[in-house]
Amino acid sequence: MSLTLLVEQILNGMQFGVTLFLTASGLTLVFGVMGLINLAHGSLFMVGAFAAAATAAATGSFLLALAASIAAAAAAGAIIEVGVIRRLYARDHLDQVLATFALILIFSEGTRWLFGSFPLYLSIPDALAGPVTLPGGIRYPLYRLMTIGVGLVIALGLYLLITRTRLGIRIRAGEADREIVAALGVDISRLYTVVFALGAALAGLAGALVGAIQSVQVGMGEPVLILAFVVIVIGGIGSIRGSLVGAILVGLTDTLGRFLLPGFFRLFMDNSAATSVGSALASMLIYVLMATILIWRPTGLYGARA
Amino acid sequence: MAEPVLAVEGVCKSFGMVRASDNVTLDLRPGEIHALIGPNGAGKSTLIEQICGGLEPDAGRITFLGRDVTGLGTVQRARMGLARTFQISALAMEDTVIENVLLGAVGAAGGAFRFLRSALRDRAFRARAEAALEQVGLAEERWMRAGDLSHGQRRALEVAVALTLSPRAFLMDEPMAGLGASGSQRMTGLLRELKAQAPILLIEHDMDAVFSLADRVSVLVQGRVIFTGSVAEIRAHPEVRRAYLGEDA
Amino acid sequence: MSREAVLNLILAAGFLVFPLWAWMAEEPFLITLATRAAIFAIAGVGLNIALGYGGLVSLGHAAFFGIGGYAMGILASHAQTYTPLLEWPFLVEGTKSMPVIWIVAMLASALAALAIGALSLRTSGAYFIMITLAFAQMLYYFAISWPAYGGEDGLPIYVRNGFPGLNTLDPIQFFALVYALMLATIAVAALVRRAPFGLALNAARQAPERVRAVGISPYRLRLAAFAISGTITGLAGALFADLNRFVSPAMFSWQTSGEIMVFVILGGTARLFGPVAGAALFIALEHLLGGVSDYWHVFLGALLLLVVLFGRNGVVGILAGQEARRG
Repeated sequence: MSLTLLVEQILNGMQFGVTLFLTASGLTLVFGVMGLINLAHGSLFMVGAFAAAATAAATGSFLLALAASIAAAAAAGAIIEVGVIRRLYARDHLDQVLATFALILIFSEGTRWLFGSFPLYLSIPDALAGPVTLPGGIRYPLYRLMTIGVGLVIALGLYLLITRTRLGIRIRAGEADREIVAALGVDISRLYTVVFALGAALAGLAGALVGAIQSVQVGMGEPVLILAFVVIVIGGIGSIRGSLVGAILVGLTDTLGRFLLPGFFRLFMDNSAATSVGSALASMLIYVLMATILIWRPTGLYGARA
Repeated sequence: MAEPVLAVEGVCKSFGMVRASDNVTLDLRPGEIHALIGPNGAGKSTLIEQICGGLEPDAGRITFLGRDVTGLGTVQRARMGLARTFQISALAMEDTVIENVLLGAVGAAGGAFRFLRSALRDRAFRARAEAALEQVGLAEERWMRAGDLSHGQRRALEVAVALTLSPRAFLMDEPMAGLGASGSQRMTGLLRELKAQAPILLIEHDMDAVFSLADRVSVLVQGRVIFTGSVAEIRAHPEVRRAYLGEDA
Repeated sequence: MSREAVLNLILAAGFLVFPLWAWMAEEPFLITLATRAAIFAIAGVGLNIALGYGGLVSLGHAAFFGIGGYAMGILASHAQTYTPLLEWPFLVEGTKSMPVIWIVAMLASALAALAIGALSLRTSGAYFIMITLAFAQMLYYFAISWPAYGGEDGLPIYVRNGFPGLNTLDPIQFFALVYALMLATIAVAALVRRAPFGLALNAARQAPERVRAVGISPYRLRLAAFAISGTITGLAGALFADLNRFVSPAMFSWQTSGEIMVFVILGGTARLFGPVAGAALFIALEHLLGGVSDYWHVFLGALLLLVVLFGRNGVVGILAGQEARRG
């Protein structure tokens, strides 16, 4: 096994982790501030991807496509927040799960209705399409590298937003106590809509970024949603830092597991058996990681609530 | 002197910088009502949780029936015969009164993992549950939902559930909380009766009740027991008057 | 007799009359539809024990549905190819016998539920929901990437398994079998609810600190409830596989978990016959709306949203009229 290949896989893991972070951070923010578990978050990821694909097809501009993904997901987020989600804050988790499950059905079938069942494609712009040579002579796709960069910049931005800005102060106060925020004269329902739309926008952007690597299709959001749940469970519900650490951990574990496990089993098995055992186990690896962390810390790495 | 039923020795518990329990020592002797009083924030709730097994002390030791129970959980202590009532009624509000007391009977018999017979039709459970309802005067309300009971009736139901455990000691967390004058009087009478069955560690704000019931009183202020003595001694003690009664009297 | 008891009788009778009518009218497809609904009802009866009685919002019951399905698929595929399942340390052969398959399916689901439950029940609330979902997804990916039993393509079984004395290929006879099992699982659920165990479980949902204070561990109650729940849903999985003569990773998917939950909620949480009403309604909607539009899930979603936001007691709750009595 060459070192180059390993570095490449680590970067792939980082890239996967960063897109997971974009999805998980919105989910964890919404849970932390409003106490809402939102299954339809994956649908917002999908909305972002479809908006980007449609815009790119119409205008040919990748930047416009990214902007469209953010705008469309934020708008969809704001609409469902006002129409449905805000009725759920005071409800128990079961009602939240059911109502947002219903939203998934509506979003998924609605999108299929609009765009049909065939996948759309969003292509990487020429400027970003080629590989770039990293120090040490490793060649790596520029687009994936850019994705990692965008993710890390957004992580930093979110950190600054929450620690340094007025909105961040309100968000943190909202996590602590709704009534205090209300007493401070902040329009709490508008704050919630903004937070929800922000989370949606991040998921939408993640959808567009991933959509350029994979295909854009109905149902693409839910596997990501469930991985984002794994990330949140590992990182601790409500913690942005936890979701970053959890996302990178999950991204690396999954990518490196798929890369290394078959080779590991080849040491003492024949080739085809090793490939099947290795890849089957690799597909379970992040859940094993989750279970292990759960035994060790039931509220996740950075979780405070019981 | 008889061996104490329950003994708390040198128990400490801190949350960050706050010392909620500061070297607390007190005991509960057979046949007595030992009242624990103290202003809000004195650390009464923290102490109760440590006695019941919900919180583990940082230091010190708790013995129950001569056995060190410091490392045991709530469930195990309850099964040894430590019966508590809650300050805020903790009942299955959707269930009937009889089902709530049956739960105690089931717990006392270690019968929670029986699947075949109806709990309501089990003679032994039912007899025990009915006896407890009879004793607290709730027999007429057995088919009412706990959620539909008046506040006073819920307080009585709390006591009835504790009774079904045939406890070796009661730990009652403000049983008079929210009761009017007549309610308090009835509860006082009930506790006086119960004392014959098992000693009671009584946490209570209602001073009239404490003074009429308690054999001994301990005063908890800022996590420390500043004084333990008879009702007469408490009334006379200057530091207690200043620290505690001063606010109330 | 209470209104709910009358309604339960009507539901039980209706579930029998409809396929009998279809049989006389020679509409085997409708019998199969009713069989499907009865199997979903069994899955829902299972989930209802965890969700309704125990308050455990499991979004991962597809795990047990799938394990039941694969128990059937694995045993039957070995039987149809005459290859032993295991040669060492002792010989295990496949089987085409339904009772044996059911027992294996239930045992396997029970073990899985104990393992998943032991881990998941260390947490509560939103964590529990996410973790149960994640474990089901883990099995989903495992089923996809394990090639021995069909991997992503699934595993067809060519002939339906047998039951002594019945011709299971005859739709009405297979329905009768499933119907009997549905009533049996409802009886189990009723028994569990009224037993001391059900009393304690029900109390643990409402006031766990009280249950602890009478010397009962809520964790152990919930774990047992989760295992019973998973076992019944596993049985439903084995039956579903036999109905379709096909097993695939889709049985493990998150949609399956969501749908099982929808049966319970549409019917009315913690109602004994809630899952029966819910599954029947779901199948009826699928059949009727599916005929109108390929995109019937949009309408299902809208209906579900309305039920959650405005009609919280489900069908049985609305028809039985009284306030929801959970447990």
